[in-house]
Amino acid sequence: MGNKQTIFTSQQLDAYQDCTYFTRKEILRLFHRYRDLAPQLVPLDYKNQPEVRLPYELIGSMPELKDNPFRQRIAEVFSEDGEGNMTLDDFLDMFSVLSEMAPRDLKAYYAFKIYDFNNDDFICKSDLNLGKTLNKLTRNELTEDEVRMVCEKVIEEVIWTMMDRLSLEDFQHMIMRAPDFLSTFHIRI
Amino acid sequence: MEIDAEYDSGSDVDSKRRAKGKNKPKPAARGKKAKADSVEESEEEEEEAPRKRKGRKKKEESEEESEEEQKGRRKKAAGSKKRAVKKDDSEEESEEEKGNKRKGGKKGASRKEKEEENNKEKKGNGKAAGKGGKDKQDDKDKKKNKGKNSSGSSSDDNSEDESMSEGEMARLKEEVEEKKKLIVTLRNKPWRMKRRLKCLKEAQAFVEKFEGALGKGKGRRLYAFKVMMTKVLMGMPYGSIARKTVPRDEQDSAMDFSVLFEFGVICYCLIWIKLLTFLQGYCKYSIMFYGYYNNQRSIGLLQFRLPLSYLLVGVGIFGYSLMVVIRTMARNANEGGDGAEEGAFTFSWKLFTSWDYLIGNPETADNKFASTTTSFKESIVDEQENLKDENIHLRRFLRVIANILILCCLGGSGYLIYYVVKRSQEFAKKDRNELTWLQKNEVEIVMSLLGLVCPPLFEVISELEEYHPRIALKWQLARIFALFLGNLYTFLFALFDEVNAKLDNEKEIKNETIWALKEYYDNYTLHHNVTENIPPPNISPADVIRGPCWETEVGIEFVKLTVSDIQVTYLTILIGDFLRAVIVRFLNYCWCWDLEAGFPSYGEFDISGNVLGLIFNQGMIWMGAFYAPGLVGINVLRLLSSMYYQCWAVMSCNVPHERVFKASRSNNFYMGLLLLVLFLSLMPVIYSIMTLPPSFDCGPFSGKDQMYDVIMETIEKDLPPFMADIFSYASNPGLIMPAVLLMVLAIYYLNAVSKAYQNSNMDLKRKMQMQRDEEKNRRNNKDSTNQVMKDLEDLLPNKSLIPPPSAEETEKPADQLSKSPKVTGKPGAAATGKGVNVKKDVSLAAANPRAPVTRPPGPRPPGPLPGNARGPLPGQGMGRGRGGPPPRR
Repeated sequence: MGNKQTIFTSQQLDAYQDCTYFTRKEILRLFHRYRDLAPQLVPLDYKNQPEVRLPYELIGSMPELKDNPFRQRIAEVFSEDGEGNMTLDDFLDMFSVLSEMAPRDLKAYYAFKIYDFNNDDFICKSDLNLGKTLNKLTRNELTEDEVRMVCEKVIEEVIWTMMDRLSLEDFQHMIMRAPDFLSTFHIRI
Repeated sequence: MEIDAEYDSGSDVDSKRRAKGKNKPKPAARGKKAKADSVEESEEEEEEAPRKRKGRKKKEESEEESEEEQKGRRKKAAGSKKRAVKKDDSEEESEEEKGNKRKGGKKGASRKEKEEENNKEKKGNGKAAGKGGKDKQDDKDKKKNKGKNSSGSSSDDNSEDESMSEGEMARLKEEVEEKKKLIVTLRNKPWRMKRRLKCLKEAQAFVEKFEGALGKGKGRRLYAFKVMMTKVLMGMPYGSIARKTVPRDEQDSAMDFSVLFEFGVICYCLIWIKLLTFLQGYCKYSIMFYGYYNNQRSIGLLQFRLPLSYLLVGVGIFGYSLMVVIRTMARNANEGGDGAEEGAFTFSWKLFTSWDYLIGNPETADNKFASTTTSFKESIVDEQENLKDENIHLRRFLRVIANILILCCLGGSGYLIYYVVKRSQEFAKKDRNELTWLQKNEVEIVMSLLGLVCPPLFEVISELEEYHPRIALKWQLARIFALFLGNLYTFLFALFDEVNAKLDNEKEIKNETIWALKEYYDNYTLHHNVTENIPPPNISPADVIRGPCWETEVGIEFVKLTVSDIQVTYLTILIGDFLRAVIVRFLNYCWCWDLEAGFPSYGEFDISGNVLGLIFNQGMIWMGAFYAPGLVGINVLRLLSSMYYQCWAVMSCNVPHERVFKASRSNNFYMGLLLLVLFLSLMPVIYSIMTLPPSFDCGPFSGKDQMYDVIMETIEKDLPPFMADIFSYASNPGLIMPAVLLMVLAIYYLNAVSKAYQNSNMDLKRKMQMQRDEEKNRRNNKDSTNQVMKDLEDLLPNKSLIPPPSAEETEKPADQLSKSPKVTGKPGAAATGKGVNVKKDVSLAAANPRAPVTRPPGPRPPGPLPGNARGPLPGQGMGRGRGGPPPRR
């Protein structure tokens, strides 16, 4: 019955199943989604694990991501090269974390990475304003004063230390209590 | 089971050997334990094995040492001394195998020796005989390891070898368990896929290799472990269950339906208007209404008891709805969790969680951007508003005026409805054909219009009040709700007047019928000279004299109300939203001001109003369903069609509400309203069932004095007599009163308990906050040069002194009430079950120097002897034990 697929070996599929929150079917579906982005690049045989990377432009044009103001960051965080070019593994990884089965801790960790624009393991003021999180979220419709005030408020609310930046710990503390986090940090594919 | 059994016997062998080696009198106990859950067992063993080894003191090695040794052994087998984990797994495996072979060759002699010895043991041990094969393999592996070991320290004697292997076994098991755990939790690790895959491979290879060696079935155990881990994962405080998500599929498909519906809706409305006029005609005697059902006690082969089931279903619907609503509310309350910190993270939550990653539609994205921006602005305004204050007297004056105005509106609408209903009763007395359509449906039209006009009016009035938008919204909802309910109840009262009139009328008709029947019989005997076996009067059923059948009338009123409500809703959407959108969109090209941004703009989608409408509609269904069972069907149709219709309207011609109303936050607000409506709609129905006599010639209860007589009848005729006795006892006031009393007491008790928990919860929260602050301070000024901070720090521990005693006080009664005998009896009980709070409580208060004072003075001071420590203090829970140590320090 299930011998139709020749893309992966069953060991590969099992391994993917153990490493992600997907079932066999979903993995195959995701593969096809991945392949549909660039049918000429992605082979139909993944048994010997070809080195294929799809450029960010293709990943970012997926309907699931294309309206997301943070799509670039998402792709960067989940891609191995840090520039948004994704292998199939990265691709599966991304949607596994964003699936509804992923636990809150994992989601919080990746959310932190997404909002940490300069990759210094802290969310600092420069990550919040200056065309980053806040401005992406509101499409630059807040005035400068308002942006500054919001940033100060956020820092004031979350941060335990005197430093003016959020550590992962602070971020998790805050995000664990957010009522909507689980329902919003979630992409259905 | 088999696997467990095997494992069991294996450990039996183990224990026997241990007994032989060191005369530890434990085999029985161990055997029992082995039979217990295998996972637990192995964990236990992990702990136990090293301890025992230490107890023996054959070789004084620390745990780390043994670990190292064991690792070393493994690596030695591979012929190299590498300690680090190897990158390539398959390589390692093959190497290890090679090594094993080599070792096996070298140490063949010693292995054989031991095997023989083991076999002897086995013979001695009759039980294990059957499972020799597996055991042998088991032993072999052990021997292999032993062999390796003896290569390292060749001068060791036999018993020592065994102790080593035991430790090793434990280690190995532990490691295997760890690897398994890793496999299961791998997906939770924030690693790259490559690393995960590699890790998975390594772990799987390891498990496969050593699990066989340890004599456990692989698949089973792994499966069991997975199940366990999933349980653990599901049990996590913040589960990963899907919650409310946007049904995108539906939105998309709704767009496809839109064209079809534009046309359909118009036809639909026309059809309904027609139907409404014919409602008095055929529908009146259809399955939709009470009057259709007859009073035959049982129908058909299966003796279906229609009247009984009619009553039970009618009442059962209320019971079921109540249960569902209350359960939902309870669940929502649970989900709500801690509301204390709600205010703490307003901005951060807005910043980090407001984007919904599910959004995959540019328009939705635009809306989301807009709403996020507004919500940010709103919060900023809130923040700034906190600082300023205004003329409070003027504000109060305006609010009073607004409320008076609204009360006037409510009173006026109530009076209007009463007036209209009275008028319609007068119309009803006239001939039907003289009335215009307007006159016939006046009540419904007026009610719908009121529902249409009043809410916007309220909104205008509430502008006077200048409440915060959220509070204003609640006021608005409450007012609309009051309006709806007021209208409905006025309508009901008027209806009851009518029903009473009908009941009087009915009596006359009943007399007339009896009179007619009597006359007929008299005539019959007169003409035919027979007194017996008179055939029933030969009148066609259409011409029989009938009573007014007030139940059906009531049902018709409700159906009319529902139908007109549907019409008004649909027409409002069509005109108020669609037409407006069309005008704004297309007239904008040739208009002198910007219509889209300026005055008319597009209609806003009013979530709260629509939810209220649904709630109200549900209330009408509840009320009317008893008298018009068909109403449920109508409502299902209505809800189905309106889902698509409104979805289309929202997607095509509405803009999102300026203020984003968080439905998730006020779930229980709406559910509370629903509960209230349910209760209010339950009352008239139950009242009418219990007090009003049913019509004599229509409906399932005709011929009975009261509707509930059906139940009595069933009890008497269909149930065995002892059941009747039971019921008569149960309905005895002497029994009911105590039951009610008991319930009241239970409510009181539960209330008290919940209060106590609430208090302790609050305390805990405060403590957590305090701890956070403390930590914050500690982090900030390690050298405490800042005098103010130092003062604060000095103050903080003092502050934390105050709550603990009170916390214990509040906690204690609750605990003692709930399980008083256990708390003092079992030391573990407090820590495991309900006592989680207690434990936290006390451990948090550990730094409190006063803690020993609150402890009741024991007969003797805490024993300094470690052996005695457990004995004399059975009353100390684990939490206490934790709290204890600091003062001694």
